[in-house]
Amino acid sequence: MRAAVVTFPGSNCDYDCYKAAQELLGGDVHYVWHREHDLRAADVVFLPGGFAYGDYLRAGAIARFSPVMREVMAFAAEGGMVVGVCNGFQVLCEAGLLPGALIRNASLQFRGIDVYVRVERTDTAFTSEYARGQVLRLPIAHGEGNYVADAETLARLEGENRVIFRYVEPSGAVTDAGNPNGSMNNIAGIMNERGNVLGLMPHPERVVDPILGNTDGRGLFASIHEALAGAR
Amino acid sequence: MSDFDVEVRITPRAGLLDPQGNAVAHALRALEFPGVGDVRIGRLIRLRLSADSADAARQQTDRMCRKLLANPVTEDYDIRVES
Repeated sequence: MRAAVVTFPGSNCDYDCYKAAQELLGGDVHYVWHREHDLRAADVVFLPGGFAYGDYLRAGAIARFSPVMREVMAFAAEGGMVVGVCNGFQVLCEAGLLPGALIRNASLQFRGIDVYVRVERTDTAFTSEYARGQVLRLPIAHGEGNYVADAETLARLEGENRVIFRYVEPSGAVTDAGNPNGSMNNIAGIMNERGNVLGLMPHPERVVDPILGNTDGRGLFASIHEALAGAR
Repeated sequence: MSDFDVEVRITPRAGLLDPQGNAVAHALRALEFPGVGDVRIGRLIRLRLSADSADAARQQTDRMCRKLLANPVTEDYDIRVES
């Protein structure tokens, strides 16, 4: 099993992704620099968090045109698994691999806190090791995580059950109080139509080691591991 | 070919929440400008562009907006071309 972690100038969660993938996917992990044209036979590609290209113009807007993204788009088009976390989610939206966009938090504040997120579906390659309705505590660290889409796109996402993670209160209730950034429908993470591309604002890769007191992020990696093991 | 000064004004789409605009509207009202209504905050991009005509410059800039300068999901844009 081979995992690639794409690194842009300004990525800063790349090592967290690398480490989590290395420990939980049980295979080779390699970095792919943004100028490279080869994902080197990766089975899964991570777009990590950070501030690619300084988030100039819009978060993800310039990263989306970096050479490696051509490969990521081709890989996704062939059904390859792609996970974008935080800035990676913004890049996926800018690239059109996921619908909608992430704008400035409604509070205007950068939020670096733990939030609660409900797993909406477990019949996906990214969430099979969670329980449906399970509430995870995951860290967020972003200023632009406010998910927006036009009414039609939003209705489609909901109708096709492509909202995978939703901000909630610890009880699992979907409320404004549980929504850290103003995202429409409390959306924290969505999947593409085919089910091979996931984007989410929270950072599961930061909570995989018991020494840090929270392992709620492990399920995502365990699910990917299962999906890839099943595919071969 | 001639050189054109092009201005692109990018604003949050009508109807879309503009958290910055809202915050500034509140601040202005607090500063005793009670007449302040809706505030929208966007971005102004100025660029020099060589093109065959003003029309060609506009068309090129429109393509730039659609590809990179504006996000069609969240932003509207408006192009001005001066020679």
